[in-house]
Amino acid sequence: MKTVFKNGRIIDPKNNMDKISDILVENGKIIRIAENIEESDAETIDATNKIVAPGLIDMHTHFREPGQEAKEDFLSGSKAAVAGGFTRIATMPNTNPAVDTAALVRSLKERADEVAKAHIEIIGAVTKGQKGEELAELLDMTEAGAIAFSDDGHYIDNAKILLNALDYLSITDKIIISHAEITELVEGGAMNEGKVSAKLGLAGRPSVAEDIAVMRDIMLAEYANARIHIAHISSKNAVNIVREAKARGVKVTAEVTPQHLTMTEDTVDFTDSSTKINPPLRTAEDRDALLAGLKDGAIDMIVTDHSPHAPEEKDREYIYAPSGFPGLETSLGVLLTDLYHTNKMDIKDIIERMTAAPAKIFNIDAGELSVGSVADITLIDPNFEWVVDEKKFYTRGSHSPFVGRKLTGKAALTMVEGKVVMKDGKVL
Amino acid sequence: MGDISLKSRDCIGLADFSAEEIRYILNTAKDMKNKLHQDVKKFDILRGKSIVTLFYEPSTRTRTSFELAGKYLGADVVNITSSSSSIVKGESLRDTLYTISAMNVDAIVMRHKAEGAAAYAAKVVDPVIINAGDGAHAHPSQGLLNLFTIEEHKGKLAGLKVAIIGDILHSRVARSDIAAMTKMGIELHLAGPKTLMPRFLEEQGIFVHDRIEDAIKDADVIEVLRIQLERMKGGLFPTTREYARIFGLNADRLKLAKDDVLVLHPGPMNKGWEISNEVAYSLNSAIQEEVENGVAVRMALYTLLLTGGENK
Repeated sequence: MKTVFKNGRIIDPKNNMDKISDILVENGKIIRIAENIEESDAETIDATNKIVAPGLIDMHTHFREPGQEAKEDFLSGSKAAVAGGFTRIATMPNTNPAVDTAALVRSLKERADEVAKAHIEIIGAVTKGQKGEELAELLDMTEAGAIAFSDDGHYIDNAKILLNALDYLSITDKIIISHAEITELVEGGAMNEGKVSAKLGLAGRPSVAEDIAVMRDIMLAEYANARIHIAHISSKNAVNIVREAKARGVKVTAEVTPQHLTMTEDTVDFTDSSTKINPPLRTAEDRDALLAGLKDGAIDMIVTDHSPHAPEEKDREYIYAPSGFPGLETSLGVLLTDLYHTNKMDIKDIIERMTAAPAKIFNIDAGELSVGSVADITLIDPNFEWVVDEKKFYTRGSHSPFVGRKLTGKAALTMVEGKVVMKDGKVL
Repeated sequence: MGDISLKSRDCIGLADFSAEEIRYILNTAKDMKNKLHQDVKKFDILRGKSIVTLFYEPSTRTRTSFELAGKYLGADVVNITSSSSSIVKGESLRDTLYTISAMNVDAIVMRHKAEGAAAYAAKVVDPVIINAGDGAHAHPSQGLLNLFTIEEHKGKLAGLKVAIIGDILHSRVARSDIAAMTKMGIELHLAGPKTLMPRFLEEQGIFVHDRIEDAIKDADVIEVLRIQLERMKGGLFPTTREYARIFGLNADRLKLAKDDVLVLHPGPMNKGWEISNEVAYSLNSAIQEEVENGVAVRMALYTLLLTGGENK
């Protein structure tokens, strides 16, 4: 089966390509990139005025399998992924039970093969039960195909445990993703500690909790000569710490979310838990530092931290509601609207941080449009205007703070291994 | 005041009320206090109105005060506490509110541990919501009764110097005072251990001091806040002994304030910790009066929010 993307603007940051051309896909692979490809037996996709990009990658999602399928499962989550233009996502292990054995990694990969619309990578837990006390079987999980390791949702409080994990994993190419917030400084906190929390009386999660945690983990990685990846960085100081560490050669990478790039603590309405996330929305100064870091390379990539919860769990008192909201279906639209259309960031750079960058950091054979590579392709309509409507979400999650926002730009079509899995917002 | 109507308004926090509206409530409370002193304390201003007090946290004075205020004005008042209701069966706040609302109540007086709970309730159901305390956020009727008591003694509000001493960080009373007193032209001075003082507060146009002595110097009013033992266990201050010595209000320190300084405390007091027995029962103390004024203020709130005051 053949498919031709006709007359699209092909943006492939990995190959430094940005030109109007056609792409021929056959048997799940990219066969040819050239102008005026004429294949009479190929299905034609008109990409005029649209961007043909490598399939977007999101290395930070929560699909809640096993144990919390009322929030999300591999089918609903992967539908949300392809609806948002993502062809590959990675799931975090804070499930019930936590993904901390090779058997669980294998069973989830099988489950992904059975039901998922997109490629699903499995992130294993660093410690047993994500309790931060004993190392999980990291090498077994690596052999079972885990893509990386994280105790996401929790900071590994015990520095010795993290150092051991860094050392122990060094015989593999797998990295540890750190959710960096000092536990005792954020315990009970519901939002950024700042002028808004002072006014509302909500307990705060101070940015210094993140700064110290990022610093400690970087120092440990430097000492162990190991790699470390900082999850959802949110504070200005933390960005500076990562930037300085990179400058002296530490093997640290970092990711940021669309919400931290575009919103601040001023958005927090304590009757609506949609803005409750960890780490929290911070100040305008932090937000601006995140964008600067994303542009100058201090921050490497963009993730959604897609964290769906059942509506009834989110619809309650702010301090009791769980943290997180589903981000897969709004990420691209928010980034195009708030960064690209406002001329804050080049579209090629945005795409790079959602394709080539994560592929490189996690050593995944994806995120590019090279001849011979797997045809994971996202067709982006950068000028498509739409309003975020939760009723149209494929995720089971609700309470996105982007609901009601008018956005410009959206994935028009998603192709996974040569097969169209989403077209015009409809998952096929 | 002719143009002001508070009918059907919710009372979530005093930040939502203008200086004129607060003035209107205080004036109405004066009438109510007179009513309280009549032989037969039963009126029909709220006849046919029903009020539910929904308390998720323990309370003696606030709940009783709201209950009696309603009953004096002729309303039917029902009390729900979290330990004796479906709340212990895990009913969500939304569903509890729906249930109460479905019984055609006119007002729900709510106390809850979670900041924003009363504002959430106001979004969810129709009856007038009166916040009787939501976490560390707001306790508007306490803020109003403080103003009422101060004005009763000082004859004015604007230009006074008021000191608030103690655990500002966890205090919904302090936040309500900050919202209302600054609006009424009062100069506010805060002091307490740094561990119990919110950061980023200065922006709201108030004075924060390290030492209680600096805050109470020449003060017209001192409000002492309750100190909670669990804060000590959380490492926010070492001992009640040291707290009393450095941050407690005693007779010696009281001399720093104006001679006719008024001492307030929202209660319940820990005498010997944040306030000495001597000061609590001194001539300067209006602590018991506050309780009576609390009933008057709550009668005023009910009247204005439920009837608009036209039956007055």
